[in-house]
Amino acid sequence: MSEGNGKNPGNVTSMAHSPVPNEDLGKSGGTAKLKIFRGDAEGGQEVEYEVPLVEGMVVLDAVLAIQAEQAGDLAVRWNCKAAHCGSCSAEINGRPKLLCKTRVEEYDGEEIHVHPMRAFPVIKDLVSDVSWNYEVSKAIKPFQSSEQAPFTMYEEDVERLYEPKKCIECFMCQDVCHVLRTHHKHPEFAGPRFFVRNQWLEMHPMDEADRLADLKEDNGIGFCNITKCCTEVCPVDIKITDNSIIPLKERVASEFYDPAKWLMRKIRGNGSSRNGN
Amino acid sequence: MQREGNGHREQYETREHDVLIIGAGGAGLRAAVAATERGLSVGIVSKSLLGKAHTVMAEGGIAASVGNVDPEDSWRQHFMDTLKSGKFLNNWQMAEIFAKEAPDRVYELEQWGALFNRTPEGKISQRPFGGHTYRRLCHVGDRTGLELIRTMQEKVLATEADIYMETTVTKLLKKEDRVVGAVGYTRESGKFIHFKAKAVIMATSGWGRIFKVTSNSWEGTGDGVVLGYDAGAEIVDMEMMQFHPTGMVWPPGVRGLLVTEGVRGEGGLLRNSEGARYMENYDKEKMELSTRDVVARANYTEVQEGRGSEHGGVYLDITHLGYEGIMKKLPTMYEQFKNLADIDISREPMEVFPTVHYTMGGIKVDPETCATNVPGLYAAGEVAGGLHGANRLGGNSLSDLLVFGRRAGEGAAAFVGESVHSADIEGDAVRTEIGRVLEPLEKGGEGESPYLMQQELQVAMMEHANLMRDGDSLKEGLGKILALKDRLPNVRVGGSRLFNPGWHTAQDIRYLIQISEIILRTALERKERRGAQWRLDFDGPDEELGRINFIVTKNGQGEAGIERREIPPMPEHLSSLFEEEKAKA
Repeated sequence: MSEGNGKNPGNVTSMAHSPVPNEDLGKSGGTAKLKIFRGDAEGGQEVEYEVPLVEGMVVLDAVLAIQAEQAGDLAVRWNCKAAHCGSCSAEINGRPKLLCKTRVEEYDGEEIHVHPMRAFPVIKDLVSDVSWNYEVSKAIKPFQSSEQAPFTMYEEDVERLYEPKKCIECFMCQDVCHVLRTHHKHPEFAGPRFFVRNQWLEMHPMDEADRLADLKEDNGIGFCNITKCCTEVCPVDIKITDNSIIPLKERVASEFYDPAKWLMRKIRGNGSSRNGN
Repeated sequence: MQREGNGHREQYETREHDVLIIGAGGAGLRAAVAATERGLSVGIVSKSLLGKAHTVMAEGGIAASVGNVDPEDSWRQHFMDTLKSGKFLNNWQMAEIFAKEAPDRVYELEQWGALFNRTPEGKISQRPFGGHTYRRLCHVGDRTGLELIRTMQEKVLATEADIYMETTVTKLLKKEDRVVGAVGYTRESGKFIHFKAKAVIMATSGWGRIFKVTSNSWEGTGDGVVLGYDAGAEIVDMEMMQFHPTGMVWPPGVRGLLVTEGVRGEGGLLRNSEGARYMENYDKEKMELSTRDVVARANYTEVQEGRGSEHGGVYLDITHLGYEGIMKKLPTMYEQFKNLADIDISREPMEVFPTVHYTMGGIKVDPETCATNVPGLYAAGEVAGGLHGANRLGGNSLSDLLVFGRRAGEGAAAFVGESVHSADIEGDAVRTEIGRVLEPLEKGGEGESPYLMQQELQVAMMEHANLMRDGDSLKEGLGKILALKDRLPNVRVGGSRLFNPGWHTAQDIRYLIQISEIILRTALERKERRGAQWRLDFDGPDEELGRINFIVTKNGQGEAGIERREIPPMPEHLSSLFEEEKAKA
């Protein structure tokens, strides 16, 4: 690190800009041991790595240090490193986690096993193939309104939409959901992420599309038996089960299983009626 | 359309589109919407998964003079603020188009399902930001970028555009003087693709990764600006790098992570270790809401002069909002500090220091169509230069993406509509490129690690091209970068082609070196203090240099040629705005 001498004020002396690599700042003297899955669709095994432990280190820091110095081809996804983008989802000790948000210290004394998300096919190492999620998203009817923006909407009309809108698409709720993970209902069941998206669309005061039949038929919302696993893993604290899935289930039930509505459909012969907000 | 290429060595796929868009952030996606609306076949290439582009990191808001909270606001005032912040190096025609069209782009987002915080009258709420005369940033908490990219992503998913996720473009293909496509590879498999296209839009964001301390993700390696430069495009204002005044400083792993300007917009105070609100010594009138170049230099100077915090930053205090207020206005910041730094920002101040954030310079474009000087090549968003001049205002980036993303899409569509040329190429350009890209994997033998070379470059740029610069240090930095350039052929990587980040990094390092060289060379040329370019060996702004942009093109010898180009005088309807303001004062 360069020292300030007053002669060259351009020579930055702050340790915040020091050229010292991250791993040399705040070094504790200890090490972190990680067992990381190395392999691909054909299979693989855990490989153990050891890196210097640094104050405040997250698992992604450790993985990137291993990548830079010990295993150049170690595959991992990441982008923002600030828990805003949802790229670095993986499984630590069998639980879905954002690698950038999970501190190494949390596992004090425990072994740290890092694996890719298992509800999706493995591509390589910590990277799995999540492209199916984008196909589900594409099939959902997008926002649609015949009103012309700018809209007049009040805070009290929209405040419940802020929660589902926070979703960063890390797909950890998809990974943990047993309908997908254990029962592999990938074509028939959209998964928690997409009920979250359906929720804000259905509750948006200006949206006019009807997604209830799709929720029942294409998105298979009936498969969910509200075990709340998705809510537990959400890194942005969306109450997926209570605030997204259950209200949508209620709307689907009242649309398709209400005897009066059933009778109306029989008489009119149409598939659905718009359920208001 | 697809068919297989058949070569003696390497199979590759061929994909054909009217318009190929490289980059899937706000600008690329908005361009895609515009081009598909014209009924064209569009391909979008993204290095990451869809929705993960750097747009997602924008927090504070999108600047547009809709005048919902300050009805006095106007496009004229937005235009003037943008030019003043850019120290009049801006392309004034771009700034005029930008300020006029930003409100429509915000309303359009709302039309497509984006949700902003509301005023008591039920309109889109707006917050103050540095250098904006009025409260101008439409926002949703501190995650406005997420709202923008998700809205655009869902809009694009509803079109027929083909999206090539986790795909890297390594070269633009030309036929005579026109760009007619690109070569790329899928990161997952390492398989190559020849993209044939009648027009290509560059929307690849910036190059913050040339610095060690940056708010940018791994993707910000400046691929687009170098691909354009190699294809003959003019690039402009490359010396202008924005250091955001407030990046995190501790713990080490989060160094450089962004702390949104929204904190200051919501009344956050900057203090030094003596507890003084030192901004009164740098900009008494605007204080914490001065422009980013000024606040960044102030933060830097306080630490440099020995009034810094424990970990070498300054203090940013938002405790006056209280927990409830913070959870409403800045929830992401609360979580970020709580999770990563064990700091409760409702009770204690944050430690912050400047972090490399944005690149004002980039590919020079026509303001109306976003066309470059190379036929068939367009650029929009951060990779394009001109709008922001010597310093970008916070919130102007998100509206830039949409205003010029749309114009690039329409510009490219018009070009495709008028052209009768085919995108076929002759010879073996595709195969030659594939051979070049595979070299670090296939050459074998001892070599250099691309990761370590990247770290070496980042350290050199941090040391020699920081936010205070001087000629001797810039020259020393240039020497280091040119030495790295000589070592480039030594890069070797192990492993297979399957999702191999080492191999990907081996591609990036070429861009990082080329851009660093150009930045150092143009920073040496601009011998003055102006906006983000602050030469300690010169006293102040230089009147003559204030009328000049530095334009860089690759010359006949393959070297960076620098041209001083006069900024055309502003037309009367724009220059009179500044004269009227002066007369009022």
